[in-house]
Amino acid sequence: MTLGYFPGCSLHSGAKEYDLSLRAVLQALGVELTEVRDWSCCGASSAHATNHTLAVALSARNLALAEEQGLAKVMAPCAACFNRLATARHVMAHDEGLATTIRPMLTRPFNNQVEVQNVVALFKGLTEVIAAKMTPLSHLNVACYYGCLLVRPPEVVAFDDPEMPTSMEAVVAATGATPVSWSKRLECCGAGLSLSRTASVVRMGREILADAKAHGAQAVVVACPMCHSNLDLRQAAMQRRGEPLDLPILFLSQLVGMALKLDPEALGLGRHFVSPAALQLAPALIAPQPRASLQG
Amino acid sequence: MSRIGVFVCHCGENIGRTVDCADVAQSLGELPGVVHAADYKYMCSDPGQQLVKQAIADKQLDGVVVAACSPRMHEKTFRRACSNQGMNPYLCEMANIREHCSWIHEDRTKATEKAIALGRAIIEKVKRNQPLQPIRIPIERRALVIGGGIAGIQAALDIADGGGEVVLVEREPSIGGHMSQLSETFPTLDCSQCILTPRMVEAYQHPRIKLMAYSEVDAVSGYIGNFNVKIRHKARSVDDTKCNGCGECQKVCPNKKIPSEFEQGLGRRTAIYVPFPQAVPNIPVIDRQNCALFKGRAKGLKKQACGKCAEVCGRQAVNFDQQDSFTSVKVGAIVVATGYQLYSIAQKQAHELLQGYGEYGYGTIPDVIDGLQFERLASASGPTGGKILRPSDGKEPKKIVFLSCIGSRDPAKGISYCSKICCMYVAKHTMLYRHKVHDGQAFVFYMDIRAAGKGYDEFARRAIEEEGAIYLRGRVSKLERASDVVKVYGTDTLSGENIVIDADLVVLATAMRPQPGIESLAQKLSVSYDAHGFINEAHPKLRPVETNTAGIFVAGACQAPRDIPDSVSMASGAATKVLGLFSNLELEREPTVAVVDEAGCAGCFHCERVCPYGAVEHKDIRDRKGTLIRVVANVNKGVCQGCGTCQATCPSKKVELQGFTDEQIYAAISAL
Amino acid sequence: MSASEPVPTHHDPSLSGEINKLTGLNVAACYQCGKCSAGCPMAAEMPRKPHQLLRLVQLNQRQAVLSDSSLWLCLTCETCTSRCPNQVDPARLIDGLRELAFQQDPTLAPLKQRAFHQAFLHQIKSHGRVFELGLVVDYKLKSGALLDDALQAPGMLWRGKLALMPNNIEGKAEVRRIFEACEHVAGEEIPS
Ligand SMILES: Cc1cc2nc3c(=O)[nH]c(=O)nc-3n(C[C@H](O)[C@H](O)[C@H](O)COP(=O)(O)OP(=O)(O)OC[C@H]3O[C@@H](n4cnc5c(N)ncnc54)[C@H](O)[C@@H]3O)c2cc1C
Repeated sequence: MTLGYFPGCSLHSGAKEYDLSLRAVLQALGVELTEVRDWSCCGASSAHATNHTLAVALSARNLALAEEQGLAKVMAPCAACFNRLATARHVMAHDEGLATTIRPMLTRPFNNQVEVQNVVALFKGLTEVIAAKMTPLSHLNVACYYGCLLVRPPEVVAFDDPEMPTSMEAVVAATGATPVSWSKRLECCGAGLSLSRTASVVRMGREILADAKAHGAQAVVVACPMCHSNLDLRQAAMQRRGEPLDLPILFLSQLVGMALKLDPEALGLGRHFVSPAALQLAPALIAPQPRASLQG
Repeated sequence: MSRIGVFVCHCGENIGRTVDCADVAQSLGELPGVVHAADYKYMCSDPGQQLVKQAIADKQLDGVVVAACSPRMHEKTFRRACSNQGMNPYLCEMANIREHCSWIHEDRTKATEKAIALGRAIIEKVKRNQPLQPIRIPIERRALVIGGGIAGIQAALDIADGGGEVVLVEREPSIGGHMSQLSETFPTLDCSQCILTPRMVEAYQHPRIKLMAYSEVDAVSGYIGNFNVKIRHKARSVDDTKCNGCGECQKVCPNKKIPSEFEQGLGRRTAIYVPFPQAVPNIPVIDRQNCALFKGRAKGLKKQACGKCAEVCGRQAVNFDQQDSFTSVKVGAIVVATGYQLYSIAQKQAHELLQGYGEYGYGTIPDVIDGLQFERLASASGPTGGKILRPSDGKEPKKIVFLSCIGSRDPAKGISYCSKICCMYVAKHTMLYRHKVHDGQAFVFYMDIRAAGKGYDEFARRAIEEEGAIYLRGRVSKLERASDVVKVYGTDTLSGENIVIDADLVVLATAMRPQPGIESLAQKLSVSYDAHGFINEAHPKLRPVETNTAGIFVAGACQAPRDIPDSVSMASGAATKVLGLFSNLELEREPTVAVVDEAGCAGCFHCERVCPYGAVEHKDIRDRKGTLIRVVANVNKGVCQGCGTCQATCPSKKVELQGFTDEQIYAAISAL
Repeated sequence: MSASEPVPTHHDPSLSGEINKLTGLNVAACYQCGKCSAGCPMAAEMPRKPHQLLRLVQLNQRQAVLSDSSLWLCLTCETCTSRCPNQVDPARLIDGLRELAFQQDPTLAPLKQRAFHQAFLHQIKSHGRVFELGLVVDYKLKSGALLDDALQAPGMLWRGKLALMPNNIEGKAEVRRIFEACEHVAGEEIPS
């Protein structure tokens, strides 16, 4: 069975390593991905903050494309894309008025039949396969960070317990690493204001990472490119305001890839601002390497 | 030929405005079998009734039709008038030309025509009416009280003091209910045990109260005045006729680590135990799930794994082979007083509609407790001897935070109602805390302070004005465990500020819900309950302690969230209703019940299957020698409610509702 | 009736009525418990907290609420919505208020946030996807925040994280038509 894949804009640029590691890991786990043909941006927060119809329509276009391609399920690794696609699916099913307005804009038949999945749910379903193939990442304590868009609002994303989720921890446990118990795993990191209000975002990120560190985490695992760029790229700024953090931020796919002993380069482990080299898993290979791409 | 009198009422303008009443009287008067017809402004008035009586006397009427309002309004009035004049009351019927005609139509001509048609129909029915006699049933002057909390105890005592017999059934090993767990009670702060224990003992020793603890109602049949109740006595594994409550067995029980239900999990008990020292009856039970001997048996061990309690018992009262046993009692009335439980702070909820509070940790943070747990901490007989010490490390909390409305007024979590008593007990808790931890600070997050009751608002104000509690108006979004405190993220909407408190202990004032199992009990009793499981009263204002089933009453927190004064008033009210019922020697009931034509009944028992009240019984027909020939249906007149379902179902038309036979109904319809 | 069920207020010209038409929300259901504000990660920086914005809507204070900069600090993390005891959905309300504010006068939004949203939507409208470098440049021009570190572009480039050329999709025109159709529905231009 092939799984629809909606990488979203970030995985084609800022979060390239998420895309790389995901493809590598899923190949190793025997999951075939089919990218949604000619997908467009989900609209992200800018669309829904300014025009609800536009927000739903932009995401619905992608669902319609997937449907046209015969995909039953689309996995969106970016939590924001996942949330927007799930919201579009929900609204198109429950708000008949808006659905009637939007359907003609999609210029192709749309029956709202494509299921939307996030990366954590995908890996959760693969824990047994992971556990069978992995070399345990023993002695690695990681904090699972869900952020906001994976679990909320519960009736839309229909994923795990909105206040006490356990899926990501289950995946981490399957890699042999130890998920720490901490308090801020559902707190928002503020990514939506990353450009326009950087100071707020730095404050929020710092609170989250400080809590993870206080609870013994050596690294933070995320399933969202927004969270990642915020917590990784802005970590230097956060440190300027207090204790050092030095917490590598890993995509869930990268952690799984590490347990599967995949080539660190294939996992893009060298692309982070806070280097995971300190985790001493494969030190030589995960030092930063210069590389500029011309095409997204 | 019938001799029927017709009486058309104007009901002031109510009918007269739209219906030409004189015309109706004249038209109906011309029908065959009608010998008298009159109209009058208020037929229900004394002179109006006099017209009816006079006509019965003057014209030897054998039937009366009153064309007026709904029979629900005045059927009784006119039947009584006829009866006073020597006519069988069931020969009098009403044609409803007000609700069914004048109130819903405007066109006078058409309304008048319709009123005539309605009158004609009832006249044809009355021509076929038979004189009927009211049904009389004897009353069993004994009451069953279900639930031995303060409400059940009060009801039992009041009924017994009034001369009735009482069977008091309590499912736990001891009576007392939640009140026995409370430390001191609002609004006067008197010690709960001190006022409750004497009542418990009184109920136990009352010559007219039979206490059946550790027992449950298994089945109920019958009807007002004549209920048959089957009661299951759960096996205590201790013979209550031999045990003298010395307590030696508990001392030797090796399993001392079982979380005590009475202490809300904050204290421990043994496997053979009495729930608390003042328990009534003071007879232990063996908790078979946790007893080494029974666990051994369940595993199939040949050897007896323990048995210390039996060895030490000087009276050979311990009986490991005791089985559940049953008693059947006949009672005339039932009082339901099964009380409440609290909304669970754990993740698992008893009801699928309830969500639980993940944002407060679903009860996983040890220093987040509920109100009853706080009562146990504050209670002199509790697990800490009355010291406020928090569960995680036994430290005295210097900052304590109370959260109101947990589960209550929170439709998102499944409950929209206000639990009514929490505001009061939260205020009480802040005071008890202040009295015990002088240098401590109590905070309360609340939405509204609901303190309507005698002395209640004064009490709540005292907590704030004199006892130093800081009240913050707002809900809390999240509780977080952080090193050795619980971080409370709240808001104070009055100042518009968000408030974060590092609390040492957090107490959740959780919603009051009906007891588990209330639905199945209510179904056994055929009483209705609301969406939350609270027992419905028959009328929210005028019949607050009756249920919709005659002879079954309700008291205390099983009907809605109630505090002790409310529960006790309800219990006394219900007891008065029971005694009122018992003051009659017999009950009189309407004779509109189904009757089976035994000669024609084929014994298919379709009627039995469809009867919603379980009124159809089997009756053996025997010949003179006593040999069984057939089994036919028989309707128990006491149970039948006259709904007519059996009549509509019977394939051979051999069961009929008295007063509403097929013949009567067809005649009425044909006359329309 | 559950609290979140829309109440029919078709002819209600008040702000609550307008919000109801736009979002289906019944703002009267808010009983001002403040749980939304208590858990809001941005509340500390907001001149008016979520429950206060809601209160202003209940009181029909259109101008005050639409011009409040707090609206633009909401991250739509939905903490408020998922914990609201009366199922009012404050996050959706704030989105609705932002939409109304944008319709009335885009300059009601603080310059930086407005610039960001406009630059972002502009990317989608012109390429079908967001081209980060273009977004950053466009945002800087629109906001005038030329010296902000933005996305730390040099570091991003070094790590192969920034594409240098936009990536146009085939259905670019389709996306543009969606924008136009939505503008038609709203009766005005979506600022981008
Ligand atoms: C934390 C807290 C503090 C409180 N403080 C006060 C206070 O200070 N002042 C005040 O006035 N009120 C107070 N209350 C309220 C008080 O507890 C109740 O008003 C009172 O207990 C209600 O009595 P009840 O008999 O209706 O119910 P319960 O006390 O619940 O008793 C019901 C009894 O019925 C039994 N039962 C249940 N189901 C069955 C069944 N199917 N068959 C047989 N038996 C059954 C139960 O085992 C129980 O013994 C407080 C409540 C709480 C939660």
